[in-house]
Amino acid sequence: MSSTSGVPAEGLSGRRPLVKRYSGVVRLAHWLNAVFLLGMIASGLQIYNAYAHFGLRGHPLVLPNPLDGNPIPQWARLGGWLAGGLNWHFALAWPFVITGLIYLGFLALSGEWRSLVFRPRDIGPAIQMQLYYLRLRKEHPPQGKHNALQKAAYTFIVVLGALATLTGFAIYQPVQLAWLTSLFGGYELTRYWHFLAVWLFVGFTLLHVALVFLVDPASLRGMISGWYRGRFPSHD
Amino acid sequence: MTDRIPSLTRRDFFRLGAVAGPASIVAACGWDGGPILEPRLRAFSRINDWVGEKVLFSPRRMAREYPVAARTSMQNFPAYSITYNRTGSFPVLGDLRDWRLEIGGLVKNPVRLSLQALETLPRLTYTVKHHCVEGWTAIATWTGVPLSTVVALVQPKPEARYLRFDSFDSGYYNGWDLTSAMHPQTILAYAYNDRPLGMNHGAPLRLYSPVKLGYKLTKYLSGLAFTRDRPGGYWEDQGYPWFGGV
Repeated sequence: MSSTSGVPAEGLSGRRPLVKRYSGVVRLAHWLNAVFLLGMIASGLQIYNAYAHFGLRGHPLVLPNPLDGNPIPQWARLGGWLAGGLNWHFALAWPFVITGLIYLGFLALSGEWRSLVFRPRDIGPAIQMQLYYLRLRKEHPPQGKHNALQKAAYTFIVVLGALATLTGFAIYQPVQLAWLTSLFGGYELTRYWHFLAVWLFVGFTLLHVALVFLVDPASLRGMISGWYRGRFPSHD
Repeated sequence: MTDRIPSLTRRDFFRLGAVAGPASIVAACGWDGGPILEPRLRAFSRINDWVGEKVLFSPRRMAREYPVAARTSMQNFPAYSITYNRTGSFPVLGDLRDWRLEIGGLVKNPVRLSLQALETLPRLTYTVKHHCVEGWTAIATWTGVPLSTVVALVQPKPEARYLRFDSFDSGYYNGWDLTSAMHPQTILAYAYNDRPLGMNHGAPLRLYSPVKLGYKLTKYLSGLAFTRDRPGGYWEDQGYPWFGGV
């Protein structure tokens, strides 16, 4: 990527300054949830494998499922059999949700949410950013700690995490939490949404990792040690 | 010394990581946790049982009932039994006239009930959704005696906390908490979709409740006993969640 206006250019005098970019809470929550999410997905696929269809018996849902009826390969499953998958899934769900709540609580209390939450005023900058990525705009739009598309992605993933958790509870207890299950359209449809969340998580992760290496490899060090020597500002 | 040791340990650390990382990922595929983690996962499952029983379960919340027209066709309603899985035929009962449901354990008034005796007790019919642990659902009508009626008949002793349901299906059994057993929709069912229970659905009598997963609903009942200690269950002993509420 070429150096552009709006983004601090590499000085002729030498290296960029080393700055603290991510706090310990954010880094810990990020890596813990990467591990927990991997476990949740693999054990979830083990559970799905026990009945690889959607809809009431005899009434398949008219929603696409390219994997319908196909077993999930063993390398993608955790648990060995249905009971093992259930026990992993319901055990990992606790630290997954608790870490998510600690992360959200930290964002709210520290004010960090301001550099992460996508708000209506980010719509214009998001379009400009997209135009830049599509090479329809030459200059990198000015940005703070994160650009508007990053804010959209990081807001989306938190909403997705919340929806995965709520749909999970709704199919775990469709009678006791019938109000929640019916909110998502009933048990069979909710089970589909829960499964769809998996592929959105997978898609997000692939894009996220690709963009880290293509756009801002220095942020990987930032997410590990907290220290960042990259081309983007670390404050809004 | 200060130069050597960190460089060595760091190199060792990376070597270990290079080997252990991929190895643990490979080992994790289809992994139930192994001899160390698997028992811990099962122990953790007891925490979820407690949450299911004490926090999420309400003894008064009724499962939704459906119109008869919503029933799943009989050929689409799966039926399995341990005996069938092993031998290819359903558990055989000799003469139905000799069959009795033995109710005992920690009760003041143990009884042996024939099917005719059970059919004369007050009956409950509902059309509800069946939730299998595998993830499938199906709707059917079930008719039977509310378990609470039978409990009132035998009068459990104060120290009775659990119920053990036994079957003549290759040792299949289930343990229940008393609160779930006393739920108004928990019945001893003798009819499926308005007809006497077939051999595939657990004839002559099975446990049914729309507030539990299918594997908690013992088929081919032979007896039930009130106990002080928590009974396991055929699948529960192998690792399935014990409470199994929905």
